Amino acid sequence: MASDAMEVHTYESEHLATSTGLPNIKLAMWLFLASDCMLFGALISTYVLYRGASVVGPYPNDVFDIPYTSVSSFVLLASSLTMVLALAALQRGDVGRSRVWLLATALLGMTFVGGQVYEFTTFAHEELTLTTNLFSTSFYVLTGFHGTHVAIGILMLLTLLTFSFAGRLGPEKAETVEMVGLYWHFVDIVWIVIFTVVYLIPTGNPA
Amino acid sequence: MTSVSVPAERPRGLLSRPTATTGFWSWFTTVDHKKIGILYGITAFMFFTIGGSEALLIRLQLARPDQDILSASVYNELFTMHGITMVFLVVMPLSAAFFNYLIPLMIGARDVAFPRLNAYSYWAFLFGGLFIYSSWFLGGAPNGGWFGYAPNSAIDPSLGMTFYSLGLLITGIASTVSAVNLAVTVINMRAPGMTLFRMPVFIWMGLVVQLLLAFSLPIITIGLTELFFDRRFGTHFFDPAAGGDPVLWQHLFWLFGHPEVYILVLPAMGIVSEILPVFARKPLFGYQFVVFSGIAIGFIGFGVWAHHMFAVGLGPVANTAFGISTMIIAVPTGVKIFNWLGTLWRGDIRFTTPMLFSVGFIAMFVIGGLSGVTHAVVPSDYQQTDTYYIVAHFHYVLFGGAIFGLFGGIYYWWPKVFGRMLGEGLGKLNFWIMLIGFNLTFGPMHILGLQGMPRRIQSYPESLGLSFWNLVSSVGAFLIAVGVLVFLVNAVASFRKPKEMEADPWDARTLEWLTTSPPPEYNFDEVPVVHSLDELWHRKYSQTQGGRVVPVPTGGSGEALGSDPHGGGHGGGHGIHLPGPSYFPLISALGLPIAAYGLIFNWWLVGAGIVLVLAGFYGWILEPSAE
Amino acid sequence: MRRKTQSALGTVAMLVVAAACAPNATQSALEPAGPYAQKSYDLFVPVFWVAAVIFVVVEGALVLFAFRYRHRSGREGIPPQVHGNTRLEIAWTILPAVILAGVAVPTVAGIFELARDPGPGALDVRVLGHQWWWEFDYPEQVGLNERIVTANELHIPTGRPVYLTLCAVGAGYGGAPTPSECQPGPPEGGPSATLGAAVIHSFWPPELAGTQDVIPGRVNHMILEADEPGTYEGQCKEFCGLSHTYMRFTVVAHTPEDFERWVADQQAPAAPPDGAAADGLQVFLEAGRAGCTECHAIAGLRDPSGEMIRGSNNAPDLTHFASRECFAGCIFENNDENLRRWLDDPPAMKPGSLMPDYDLTPEQIEQLIAFLNTLE
Repeated sequence: MASDAMEVHTYESEHLATSTGLPNIKLAMWLFLASDCMLFGALISTYVLYRGASVVGPYPNDVFDIPYTSVSSFVLLASSLTMVLALAALQRGDVGRSRVWLLATALLGMTFVGGQVYEFTTFAHEELTLTTNLFSTSFYVLTGFHGTHVAIGILMLLTLLTFSFAGRLGPEKAETVEMVGLYWHFVDIVWIVIFTVVYLIPTGNPA
Repeated sequence: MTSVSVPAERPRGLLSRPTATTGFWSWFTTVDHKKIGILYGITAFMFFTIGGSEALLIRLQLARPDQDILSASVYNELFTMHGITMVFLVVMPLSAAFFNYLIPLMIGARDVAFPRLNAYSYWAFLFGGLFIYSSWFLGGAPNGGWFGYAPNSAIDPSLGMTFYSLGLLITGIASTVSAVNLAVTVINMRAPGMTLFRMPVFIWMGLVVQLLLAFSLPIITIGLTELFFDRRFGTHFFDPAAGGDPVLWQHLFWLFGHPEVYILVLPAMGIVSEILPVFARKPLFGYQFVVFSGIAIGFIGFGVWAHHMFAVGLGPVANTAFGISTMIIAVPTGVKIFNWLGTLWRGDIRFTTPMLFSVGFIAMFVIGGLSGVTHAVVPSDYQQTDTYYIVAHFHYVLFGGAIFGLFGGIYYWWPKVFGRMLGEGLGKLNFWIMLIGFNLTFGPMHILGLQGMPRRIQSYPESLGLSFWNLVSSVGAFLIAVGVLVFLVNAVASFRKPKEMEADPWDARTLEWLTTSPPPEYNFDEVPVVHSLDELWHRKYSQTQGGRVVPVPTGGSGEALGSDPHGGGHGGGHGIHLPGPSYFPLISALGLPIAAYGLIFNWWLVGAGIVLVLAGFYGWILEPSAE
Repeated sequence: MRRKTQSALGTVAMLVVAAACAPNATQSALEPAGPYAQKSYDLFVPVFWVAAVIFVVVEGALVLFAFRYRHRSGREGIPPQVHGNTRLEIAWTILPAVILAGVAVPTVAGIFELARDPGPGALDVRVLGHQWWWEFDYPEQVGLNERIVTANELHIPTGRPVYLTLCAVGAGYGGAPTPSECQPGPPEGGPSATLGAAVIHSFWPPELAGTQDVIPGRVNHMILEADEPGTYEGQCKEFCGLSHTYMRFTVVAHTPEDFERWVADQQAPAAPPDGAAADGLQVFLEAGRAGCTECHAIAGLRDPSGEMIRGSNNAPDLTHFASRECFAGCIFENNDENLRRWLDDPPAMKPGSLMPDYDLTPEQIEQLIAFLNTLE
């Protein structure tokens, strides 16, 4: 009887050959990230539509500190590098190194988020809060969504670290780390777009 | 039915891993795609009766001029909830029921790619729907229309539209996650030999729908988030006094909303494409054209959204562009009709109830499609838009189309799912009453719209001359209700019959009919190897030299058909590994409405909801998928 | 199958018959009374007939096949497994495309024609959508008094295009007024409308033109024109809240001479009342907290101290109220009985009415009505 042959085992699909050759989890992550592109696309479109439309200030030029944000952008960019290093270390079996790089990625991510918190607090002191005007509305919600994505990424990284210290993140789990890495890189690329569109492209303030 | 048995219970933290795959409580922990499909179906049907009751109340109020049975405030809630319910809580989950149950079976897989995620999607949908409906008791139901145009939806003082934005965000999460899951399943888990062009049309439509969901839902997610922030936190996304643009909401909504209507109708088109060949006894005419037109609809569907906005004043160039793109999309949509007609041509047609609903689908969808083409005539649409003429159009395609197709699917696959047939006599009665009632209800609305009846009005004066057709329409609505009742009687009565159904009662063409009715938990004794489109048909029949179709001789290797009705069969010796049941999808999904209540009423609840979501996810990733 | 044919064909027949013989459809897009509505109609009718032909052919084929190829007992065997016919499928892809291209050409022409500026000969009117009534301003009709401001009835001359500028007015989120090209405010200054929220409306007089939406923060335009004198009905077509149903209006078309007469009447200021009407003016100035002038304007009136009364356009301008046929979003005929019921308790008469109940005594109401009746 088929039931007698049931065994304690992980789910079949995790090891069976797939129709494309790609593991399910990888295909799923790519599809999810493509979907997430639409999410940020809609938010960035909202921001761009409302550029210059605020009726009252403060306006972007009044509050932005481009050098500051450039530094924190670089921090996030660096975290993508450490993420790549973490995956490479794990794939070649160096679990210790992978932990170092995972920790570095998480710390850099936290630095980025901390930097944003500081930046927004400064803005708030300069009278730019969530409901001040159209600029603040679209700016905070866009960067807030992105920051939330980063925070979730940090949570995933810390989870991976915990598993690693519990001895459960060996080279056979490289695929999982690769998925987290894909997500992390996506978040980074989105930030590059946001930084360019929001901070770098000069906006004509209404008179 | 065999159940997955486990050597011993293993306590894990506070909860021991559930193990039962039968019994009442197993429904709360199941990760079996078939059970989840049944859950979607039952829940969707319950919402169907509620949404239908809302419609009956609306038609009661509009049956005569100048009535005051329902106050303006209640009326606005009713038509809003009717729209939300039918679109998000009925047609989408009913389609999900079919996708969940049938996709693995039709592609020869044992389950979907991520079974626990699949369960999560169902629970998130259920909780989202309950959350929206709880608004009736917690400060008023949504009352700004299902389309929620800002600024009206942003400034309304009752809590209704806040429930609207959060509730649809929850159901949106359910659908997005499910879309990724099912798309990966179709792309990656087909049986050996099932190339893309050997997949049933239903699977193709399913794939297109999942991709439409994955790419359109994020856009309305942002729209709903912006609306929620405006209402709850005082942001200015749609605040005209602060420079906000109400038309932004419309763009975000319809960029989702238009692909959404194809999400609503493509599953039914897939179902009809499966039913027609079976009961005409010949293959779908022009399989490739039907598949390509489905794909084309998916792509072009992202390019027509502003045809919902012709009167917004986007300018003649934009209106021209979208008018033309709308006419373009009529081509792949219409082409399918001819393919279905070609399937009937020279067939040997048996008019079972599923076949009646499928033919009814074609007949009604043609009407809805043609009225849709008249909307694309933009200067004429300036008169038609926001009138009952539009209401007529979309009910013809969504009710006469999608719902009829889904009912056909219910009758067709009922024996596979439940091991009994629905009664043919009651089924035919169900069909004819619904068909007549439906046409009586929505046919006159074409006239009413052109003769000056706008949408979303609580009443109309006698002097407008709209009274007669409104009365006819209301009578028709109650006739539809009778038809639905007949279905319910049929459904309940079917469970009185003994559960002894053969694997392939209809002499069908696709793989789900290869296995028992109902299928065992592991779907197939052996994963079938596929050699052609309509694989099952070709295992049963072959063509002689002279072109005659004859049955393949039975006997010989029993593996030709591969099903043993007594559930034995060859396990192949390597064992069938199935994912075990789990609490965590439900727990994690439960955090969503709790957090949502918290966002409205109390920040502590938000914390509690997040804790539940995280606890559910961590429990989930810590437990292996099967034990 | 016959019954299905009948039900399908019957629907079409009903459409045609009813459309042709509905004597009292007074707001019908199928009864165009001016060139702009005619344009929409002239595009609709041929497309409708093309659709009707396609309907007959396709449904006919469906019914024919259902009948002809139904299973008959005694007929055994499985029909030939025809998979398709590429040439046929290409043909029936191209044919609808060609038909649609044929439809597209006049459609695009129609879009641009309806959007074309009607030129300097057109009458300029501003349409302001409030919750839940229509204000009509005539910026060019300036004479003895300021420009004409009226409500609920749009008066136009026949045979001349009327160029409408559409604005939605009212409060934004925080109560601040929504800026709009159609403001500045009421006659002789006064605050911009902040009563009621600025939401989307849609201006629809089907016998004269198809709709355009009225959107806060945006300016839309539409043109209408009436061929013959008469009264043409319309209402708001875009859901706008509690009293969306009760936001009606009429378009009153006059011969050009009669229109000039109307303009002259409207440009005259309100005459000072006497007798019972003078008492009514007192009630008008004192009702509620700050009198009815908190929301309503009456041009040319002075209060007892001799000051010009400044109103606002939060509510309909009442300068020539008695000359109008309807009120309250054109849902009530303008007669004493209706006025009595309205003034007694406006929210009970119209859902969500922003005119509160001022608890007027019956005597005060009679005085007010006497006063209002002098406002010709």
